[in-house]
Amino acid sequence: MTTMKSGSNLERVIASGQPAVTGELGPPMSADPAEVVHKAHVLKGFCDAANITDCQTAIVRISSVAAAVIAQREGLEPVMQMTCRDRNRIAMQADLLGAAALGVKNCLCIAGDHQSFGKAGKLNGHPGAKNVYDVDTTQLVGILKKMRDEGLQQGGDKLQVAPKFHIGASWTPLGDPLDFRPVNLKKKVDAGADFIQTQGIYDVELFRSQMKKAADLGCFERTAMLAGIIVPKSAMMLKYMDSSVSGITVPPALIARMAKAKEAAGDDKKKMKELQEAEGIKIAIELIKQVLDIPGVKGVHVMAIEWESALEPIVKGAGLYPRPTFADA
Amino acid sequence: MIVGTQKPFPEIWEMVQGFKRVLVFGCNTCVAICHAGGGKEAEILATMLRMKAAEEGVAIEVKDLAVQRHCEPEYFDQVIEEVRGYDLVLSAACGVGVNFLTQRIGNVPVYPAINTSFYGAVPKAGVFVELCAGCGNCVLHLTGGICPIARCSKSLMNGPCGGTDKGKCEVSKDIDCAWYLIVERMKELGTLAKLSEIQPPRNWATARDGGPKRIVLEHIAEEEAAEVKK
Repeated sequence: MTTMKSGSNLERVIASGQPAVTGELGPPMSADPAEVVHKAHVLKGFCDAANITDCQTAIVRISSVAAAVIAQREGLEPVMQMTCRDRNRIAMQADLLGAAALGVKNCLCIAGDHQSFGKAGKLNGHPGAKNVYDVDTTQLVGILKKMRDEGLQQGGDKLQVAPKFHIGASWTPLGDPLDFRPVNLKKKVDAGADFIQTQGIYDVELFRSQMKKAADLGCFERTAMLAGIIVPKSAMMLKYMDSSVSGITVPPALIARMAKAKEAAGDDKKKMKELQEAEGIKIAIELIKQVLDIPGVKGVHVMAIEWESALEPIVKGAGLYPRPTFADA
Repeated sequence: MIVGTQKPFPEIWEMVQGFKRVLVFGCNTCVAICHAGGGKEAEILATMLRMKAAEEGVAIEVKDLAVQRHCEPEYFDQVIEEVRGYDLVLSAACGVGVNFLTQRIGNVPVYPAINTSFYGAVPKAGVFVELCAGCGNCVLHLTGGICPIARCSKSLMNGPCGGTDKGKCEVSKDIDCAWYLIVERMKELGTLAKLSEIQPPRNWATARDGGPKRIVLEHIAEEEAAEVKK
């Protein structure tokens, strides 16, 4: 067996060669851990680890460090997300040491939504907040690697005990400028990313061609690609993502398919929701099967946003259940 | 150049409350180009203040004056005595001008009439864009002459984030994605391969993070001191 860098469950599943499954858990705007505990129980057993988002859409929530530890206590392995938006390198490294000390083993480095995103719908957010971006995602990956492999802080000071993280980074394969995205990925891999999770993929063929370019750059000899699957809930959501979410294009046929499911319900609102959700689960399962067929893809990152219960039927439907377990874990 | 915009009039009116003799002091360099604080704008602002004072029945004398530049003493040394004769100087210069005049004026308050916004250029009449952040450690040779510090909303150094959409920034469709521009420009120049190199964490000590900065050109400072001694 290969030597583990972190010994996390996710790392072990990837190393075993079986397709990995990660889920996502968004912490609440609350000081009550109950929602994290509840979501952890819903996700547990259906993924190898779950991302704990770090104040997603720039809204204040239970910190990803704390929520990761709560999830871990409930038996769900966390992938602690860390954005570059809110912390400088001092705070980042302090939180990384803290999280490692509390048993967190996976960390996903991301730029983070700009603070202007916080003001949306009924929420005020903190659009007047100062952003940090002392380091960017690629640099943060490098910091984690230096801490883990050299036992050194970014500034060069020695760590008595190095934090052993399984290092992840995000990738938007279908974002602008399209031909630079594979290079962008390679930089994160060169910096030390052990695994990558992508933005949601609906256009599988375009993703396949981007994966080919990344493979030609030698990305997948050193990193495991987990393709992002955003579980669609409705035709409206698909249309919105297609028109308004950066880096996501939804083929018209998929939108039409979901619209058809909605129409089948007639005027029955409840049925409309049920039929679309059922179709969304089917779409997610099909997408999973398609992306797992692409060379370099080692698993899927399933984002069932505020719909954690969707993970079970999806994982089962995709033939990815039960999840691997390890005798000595 | 330094680009600014005039503060909202109610805020300025609030500032002058309680003062009897006010000078609106314009600067005819950068802030005149952006129509915020030149002699002409100072004159208009003084007129507006006098009209408002008349309307409100407030006894206040408001004059205006402008010099070529507020950031070098020789330009305002000629009028400094006159400027000192007021209760309040409402400076229409950039923040540099307000600070510098404060250091030299003595016991007269200097308040800002404009908000200093950024270092920018004038792509066409009436349009001003931010192009430099004055970070003290220029990387433009690495990024095709397009600054990721000033022009990327996240000051990213190694490529675009996931928020680029059709060449625009996730913050607003009115903001170009700097990384989109950088990639296109470097493609054009045939230097795209340079972007594969990882840029390590920056030393921000050269920027504001290192504390207020001071640059001394020894040879000029020494010559000047010798002149004075003679």
